[in-house]
Amino acid sequence: MNPYIPHTKRDIEEMLKAVGLPDVEALFSDIPEEVRRRFKPLGLPPRDEIWVFRHIAELSERSTGRGLIPFLGAGLYDHYVPPLVGHILSRAEFYTAYTPYQAEISQGTLTWMFEYQTMVCELTGMEVANSSMYDGATALAEAVYMARRTVGGSTVLVPKSLNPNVREVLATYAWAAGLRLVDVPYDEQGQLRLVEVPEDTCALIVQEPNFFGVIEDLSGLKERIGRAFLIVYVNPIALGVLEPPGKFGADVVVGEGQVLGLPLSFGGPLLGIFATKMEYLRRMPGRISGRTVDAEGKEGYVMAFQTREQHIRREEATSNICTNSALCALAATVYMAALGPEGLRRVALLSMERAYSLAERLFSLPGFRPAFSGPFLYEFAVACADAEAAVKRLRQAGIAVTSPVLLRKCGVENAFLVAVTEKRTPEELDLFVRALSS
Amino acid sequence: MPTIYDRGQRGRKALALPELSQPEEELLRKIPEGMRRKAPPLLPEVSQPELIRHYTHLSRLNYGVDTGFYPLGSCTMKYNPKLHEELARLPGCTGLHPLLPEEEVQGALAVLWELSQYLKEIAGMPGITLQPAAGAHGELTGMFLIKRYFEDRGEIPRRQKILLPDSAHGTNPASAAMAGFQVVSIPSDKRGMVDLEALKRNLDEGVAGIMLTVPNTLGIFEEDILEITDLVHRVGGLCYFDGANLNAFLGRARPGDMGADIFHFNLHKTFSTPHGGGGPGAGPLAVSEPLIPYLPVPEIVKEGEKFRLHFDKPKSIGRVHPYFGNFLVMVRALAYILTLGDEGMREVSACAVLAANYLRVKLKGTYKLPYDRLCKHEFVLSGEGLAEGIRTLDIAKRLIDYGFHPPTIYFPLIVKEALMIEPTETEPKEVLDAFCEAMLRIAEEARTNPQLLKEAPHRAPVRRLDEARAVREPVLRYPFLA
Repeated sequence: MNPYIPHTKRDIEEMLKAVGLPDVEALFSDIPEEVRRRFKPLGLPPRDEIWVFRHIAELSERSTGRGLIPFLGAGLYDHYVPPLVGHILSRAEFYTAYTPYQAEISQGTLTWMFEYQTMVCELTGMEVANSSMYDGATALAEAVYMARRTVGGSTVLVPKSLNPNVREVLATYAWAAGLRLVDVPYDEQGQLRLVEVPEDTCALIVQEPNFFGVIEDLSGLKERIGRAFLIVYVNPIALGVLEPPGKFGADVVVGEGQVLGLPLSFGGPLLGIFATKMEYLRRMPGRISGRTVDAEGKEGYVMAFQTREQHIRREEATSNICTNSALCALAATVYMAALGPEGLRRVALLSMERAYSLAERLFSLPGFRPAFSGPFLYEFAVACADAEAAVKRLRQAGIAVTSPVLLRKCGVENAFLVAVTEKRTPEELDLFVRALSS
Repeated sequence: MPTIYDRGQRGRKALALPELSQPEEELLRKIPEGMRRKAPPLLPEVSQPELIRHYTHLSRLNYGVDTGFYPLGSCTMKYNPKLHEELARLPGCTGLHPLLPEEEVQGALAVLWELSQYLKEIAGMPGITLQPAAGAHGELTGMFLIKRYFEDRGEIPRRQKILLPDSAHGTNPASAAMAGFQVVSIPSDKRGMVDLEALKRNLDEGVAGIMLTVPNTLGIFEEDILEITDLVHRVGGLCYFDGANLNAFLGRARPGDMGADIFHFNLHKTFSTPHGGGGPGAGPLAVSEPLIPYLPVPEIVKEGEKFRLHFDKPKSIGRVHPYFGNFLVMVRALAYILTLGDEGMREVSACAVLAANYLRVKLKGTYKLPYDRLCKHEFVLSGEGLAEGIRTLDIAKRLIDYGFHPPTIYFPLIVKEALMIEPTETEPKEVLDAFCEAMLRIAEEARTNPQLLKEAPHRAPVRRLDEARAVREPVLRYPFLA
């Protein structure tokens, strides 16, 4: 038997006897014979733990990228993850549980969900948040579906400065729902320029800060689009220093929560943040924890408003989501609790301080200039005569930046993106500048 | 239940962060005034020991697979091997940015490619995408594929019906509807299987496909599976298989051999990756030959010894995930497949099905068993008629007092007062016996002391919670005092 199965030969015999079957094969007599006959094994022998550990460890070491200094961002960032986060996540009572269907023995999960929802509301300035989506991109797609269900219309205004990978996911969902994506251009500052709002617009999307790292001015946008949803796609760390979108009348705030205590993990699992106004609560996708009392009047938590969800409402549900990113949301909860309001601001400012120090030195080099003049936080686009060559020189120095290909998708030629977090050291900044000094 | 907001004091902190080398104001001035944050978010202010104690305390209010028996039907709550947790924490796994050039991430691509090969063989199908982040996400991706396939053949909008047995998971109709299809429900017959006559009545050129769960949510294998898929194919429709129940035939049968065109895996069910309190999981999707051109980009291909990302697929539905899917979940699933091998996978289905049948036989004299026949990895009892005024909810809550996680309740919808029991292959016979013992005692209590059930649980961190109140008087975030 494989090491995860406890049954002895005798256990199996006893159970078969109780069931009244002669052997294990008889348990599968209801699978058509023809199907069973066609079966082909993989040709895989069972392996011992040492073999499996070595095999996967060796594969993991084959990725040379893990040794590069990451000035890569473009949606996922190399922030410091305090070890305490991993220690809490390793509690098996958290990670070996499932969705808290049985509230009385899931108070741990339901309580942190409630805390998480509170923290997300605080960050975004919104009234209600769900307890997680898969990632920022699908959270955005679901927000657009929700906008359409709520206000009608089939045009979605999408800035050219939206993360192209996120946009590609949105495009898939939009095609399936018959939604039209209309580009919103950007100006020389790199900020969106909302020219026209078509009659049948159901949503305007704004990324804050946008894909170029530039801070968008959210004021007045909601007024321009009327009933259509203002959906703001945020970087939650940036909200440590930026005014929350709720202040500008945002209808839905979504975002990628990886920056809140999760490793890069080759892009998954991630954490989709989703928050909205109370008036749209019943249209919102995802699980929500709510406070209540038990039979003795003691405070506790349950999954609330489940009648929105697929297991109750089936094809009428607000979304098909079931399994989400719960453990990632727990990481974010613990991370935010560990940082506190001061710490969150500090992480954003430390990243800014290092980013500005690098930008200043970089842009004093001949041939390198900012691609946009707008204000940025800790990611910026660098324009130069030959971006590919610059990226190659950085690589030779052991540094990774975002490939020019992604900026090209946004219509920006000959530029690359640089992201700086609080983890980058003065020596690494020096190395960066030296690599590009001729 | 104190929250983290009920702990700590203003000014406390849990981390020593680097200092800024200039006053905050100077940096903040770089942000335009209108966009500069005025009031900080109200986040907790706790010391590190308080924080650790709070979350350790919360963890102890939870019940997980490592705590005890978790026979939650349809969720396959099997043991989560610890080796996998270690592997998923290797720096070469956690530290990789997905936008690194492909030549810098060869090891990660090798993991994805290797897992892809194994999953394709397990499904008996030639195409795959690993992007879906969960089972329902796989379903939605599958619906997108069906839509694209028919669009390409000029058969949209004619084909807009998705047929769904009434025993289907709620995610199935929700996914079909989300992709813009019209859901048509097909009743089950007396055997608990798809009613073939009803199916035939609904088959026409308007059918885009059928979504089947195999075995179905009653734990019964559709004996007519070949006929069902053949009938659907004959009107030009496609067959989607929900793979949530793969534990029932792992290593013994393949969806591709049953006529499946699309099949989603739940790596967090069959392949033992932890459920995380609700996620993350992973829902890779295997497809038949005709659907390969429509799969999401990028595709991972092997050229000689190198792995490449292939983006140029003009008929693709596009991306459904911003990167490659839930990579760390896949690392765990690959480790599981390698440890088990063919033999281990056969043992999984053998012992999962044996355990379910063992419980079924031992409980059926006491509890109503609406479909009394050989089951696969799970079966469904009914709490109906156990005793006057006793509901399934009461039975479930009383099980908590005996130290067990209750089964899935009130699903599938076609069984009144349903109790859906899935023991998995990782529980010793002693635990299965103890669970039966508890179920039999509860049945006895239902007759002799019904209050005991109605007021259960008695031995949980809280007594029975008022779900209605959470909706009537919603408190969905911490009520800060003004």
